[in-house]
Amino acid sequence: MGALIEVVLGGLMAGLLYSLVALGFVLIFKASGVFNFAQGAMVLLAALAFARFSEVMPMPLAFILAALVMVLVAFMIEKLVLRHLVNQEGIILFLATFGITYFIEGAGQLIFGSDIYRIDLGLPKEPKIILESTFDGGILISIEDLVAAAVAGLLVLLLALFFQKTSTGRALRAVADDHQAAQSIGIPLNRIWVIVWSVSGFVALIAGIIWGGKLGVQFSLALVALKAIPVVILGGFTSVPGAILGGLIIGVGEKLAEVYLGPIIGGGIENWFAYALALMFLLFRPEGLFGERHIDRV
Amino acid sequence: MFYRENGQYKTSYKADQALFPIVQDRIFIGLVMVIAFIVIPVFASEYLFRAIFIPFLILALAAIGLNLLVGYCGQISLGTGAFMMVGAYAAYNLAIRIPELNLLVVFLLAGFVTTIVGMAFGIPSLRIKGLYLAVATLAAQFFMDWLFSRVKWFTNESSSGAVSVPELQLFGFLWNSPVQKYFLVLCIVALFALIARNLVRSNIGRSWMATRDMDVAAEIIGIRPMYAKLSAFAVSSFFVGVAGALWGFVHLGSWEPAAFDVNRSFTLIFMVIIGGLGSILGSFLGAAFIIFLPIVLNQIPAFFGIPISTATAAHLESMIFGALIIFFLIVEPHGLARLWAIAKEKLRLWPFPH
Amino acid sequence: MIARDIGEVILKVEEISLAFGGVQALSNISFDVREHEVRAIIGPNGAGKSSMLNVINGVYHPQKGSVTFKGEKRTQMDPHKVASQGVARTFQNIALFKGMSVLDNLMTGRTLMMKANLFQQAFYWGAAQREEIKHRERVEEIIDFLEIQSIRKTPVGRLPYGLQKRVELGRALAAEPTLLLLDEPMAGMNVEEKQDMCRFVLDVNEEFGTTIVLIEHDMGVVMDISDRVVVLDYGKKIGDGSPDEVRNNQAVIDAYLGVAH
Ligand SMILES: Nc1ncnc2c1ncn2[C@@H]1O[C@H](COP(=O)(O)OP(=O)(O)OP(=O)(O)O)[C@@H](O)[C@H]1O
Ligand SMILES: [Mg+2]
Repeated sequence: MGALIEVVLGGLMAGLLYSLVALGFVLIFKASGVFNFAQGAMVLLAALAFARFSEVMPMPLAFILAALVMVLVAFMIEKLVLRHLVNQEGIILFLATFGITYFIEGAGQLIFGSDIYRIDLGLPKEPKIILESTFDGGILISIEDLVAAAVAGLLVLLLALFFQKTSTGRALRAVADDHQAAQSIGIPLNRIWVIVWSVSGFVALIAGIIWGGKLGVQFSLALVALKAIPVVILGGFTSVPGAILGGLIIGVGEKLAEVYLGPIIGGGIENWFAYALALMFLLFRPEGLFGERHIDRV
Repeated sequence: MFYRENGQYKTSYKADQALFPIVQDRIFIGLVMVIAFIVIPVFASEYLFRAIFIPFLILALAAIGLNLLVGYCGQISLGTGAFMMVGAYAAYNLAIRIPELNLLVVFLLAGFVTTIVGMAFGIPSLRIKGLYLAVATLAAQFFMDWLFSRVKWFTNESSSGAVSVPELQLFGFLWNSPVQKYFLVLCIVALFALIARNLVRSNIGRSWMATRDMDVAAEIIGIRPMYAKLSAFAVSSFFVGVAGALWGFVHLGSWEPAAFDVNRSFTLIFMVIIGGLGSILGSFLGAAFIIFLPIVLNQIPAFFGIPISTATAAHLESMIFGALIIFFLIVEPHGLARLWAIAKEKLRLWPFPH
Repeated sequence: MIARDIGEVILKVEEISLAFGGVQALSNISFDVREHEVRAIIGPNGAGKSSMLNVINGVYHPQKGSVTFKGEKRTQMDPHKVASQGVARTFQNIALFKGMSVLDNLMTGRTLMMKANLFQQAFYWGAAQREEIKHRERVEEIIDFLEIQSIRKTPVGRLPYGLQKRVELGRALAAEPTLLLLDEPMAGMNVEEKQDMCRFVLDVNEEFGTTIVLIEHDMGVVMDISDRVVVLDYGKKIGDGSPDEVRNNQAVIDAYLGVAH
């Protein structure tokens, strides 16, 4: 029992991080209709910037500078890419983000280097045992993960509020519903795009710091974001609650599979299991977690 | 002036429905054939065969396969590398387990194995569409990456999935010189290109395009969506599987799963986009572009005499590649094949634009 | 009007109800269509006309009721099965295959009659080639009938609206249907184009004996070419009969004049 709870807890904490990155996807998709494949590259770039800056300056300053780098990136993406592809189909926009991915990966490593860099947030690395009295052997919990989950959870909450309550958030939802209409009532599309891409860059920064702290800042960070993709398949590209719940489901499902299924079929299944889970689900409910059933009109 | 169909009256529907109804097109194809079968073998160096022509042809074959699925049937796949991997390992297993099998049969069977796998991974397309499907196809990639590096049976117990194949033996001869390999690949690719061309001008090709353009209307006119989509996955996977087998046996000789990783999938989708969706010719153009680009990019610093490290060069290459993709999508989202079509249109009217 | 032999009932819809979430698109609709007749469905915007056609050819699955076509009764059926029973269709918002030429669009209309297998098609050999040529001949007849010879190789996306509508009719005709459903075939056309379209519809009906169900907003056209008319309003049937009967029906007049419900 204790072991199971331990696994589920670990899954939930990892899941919150997935939710966070998934929210980055959702944010951008809602505002600009782009499925942003470059999310992973953005995580890498942000983590690289933070790691290298923090070598020469105090962490808070490095954090601010890295955030500014991400704003700059958002600005450039709007100016050089999105603006020129406004009325293109989703697939063209999607592929353009591959271009962005390659560019950012190249540029990031060219500027900041391509070795492995460490981020040390000063959190204790050894896990702690809690609830020893309730369960036999207690529950092993990593402080690092707990803090990461708390930060991610907080950010998820803030983003959800941002969507629902602020005027930018509302404008954003209007944009998502209909680009032309939004423009005609005076919502400045381009500025909205810069804002959401910046916010999503900020999300990438947080994710990059958390993951970078665990794994070291290196190229493979760019691939971590791929793990959030099943989350948005499951939750829907436009659904904030979908991203949150989807992240938790995938996080827990993955950990359970790793512990209970992995040993049977050979281990290392975490790279594809989330996809299998999401696809299974979609076969039975193609409209996703929170999507409404939609019937094509003819 | 030079490219005209005026005056070329067709007296039967048969003539009008020929593969290349316009004389100039036939001449063009004839020229390409002469160059491919005679000029290149006579003049090209071993290096050119090995570094350019052979990989170009094999990737063009895979690109055609992918284009049938994406460009003609409208079902986006980001897992093509995985299907090449299936083809390569299927061929490997067939070749080592049944050594008496003719190599061409091995390639064909590898294609069929990939067909079945491709259809299985095509099932989600019956339920989900568009970008959802696109990202869902990444599942195939990650699953195959895992399968061939973890499940030892497929790789004959080799560690980390690295395998190598013996020299190519076909009809009792050794095919180990680059020129021979080139001919082998060229014949296969030419045949498959012809098949692809035939399919897309037949009923099945039209049912793919109809599904791509307007799936509801397609179904109302009597096209079964399941048949259209799964047949596209099947045929596409067959092409890609054969390409994978060739890539492993003819081009690489020994490989591990990483040779067919997600980057292979991405390069293939770029070939198709840059070449032109829904164009067989475009698949060749796109493959050529993607093969040549890194070679050219590599030469530039050396050309100007700027010494840069390999890492720097790799990063620069990645940046330029990314920028070019974006540039292409902005300037000509319909790809090189469209540029070619526009050029033909101009020639057709020249020197009297209307 | 030329006398045609209006035959037995070929299509019967009974007590069809269809809702989308809270919207009741159709409630308890019943009517029939006789062989060789031109049956019009009219009604204000949002009355449920298009939904009715979608129920008939299987795109929408009604919550209640049944459709009987050629004596075969069904509650649900996939569109491609309905097509194979001989039902073809045009759409309110043109649904052509945009990336394909006029010729290919029409050839696609004949897909159900093509039997060559994958291998024959792959090598354009035997049955595949024979079929292509045979069907091409039939498609050329339709092209001549609709007077669209000069655009046969043009991608349909580049054609003007009126011609697209005509091509769409062509695609439906290529299937040689027994029942043809037309959803506002003349909407957005100028007078001349409308006249052409009317002529085509009547010719189809008379020459091939095709049964036609037609949605149209232009009352003049409806009165001219239809044998019987169904009137829908807010998903309910409020009138059914000959053009004259419907014209004098008080409920119909009210619906069109927008009298409060
Ligand atoms: N696929 C769908 N999803 C949701 N609601 C739908 C769908 N199709 C139709 N409706 C709704 O059903 C009602 C009837 O629509 P329908 O298109 O059948 O009307 P119509 O009589 O054809 O109108 P029009 O003259 O404008 O074409 C409308 O309220 C419409 O919004
Ligand atoms: Mg309608």
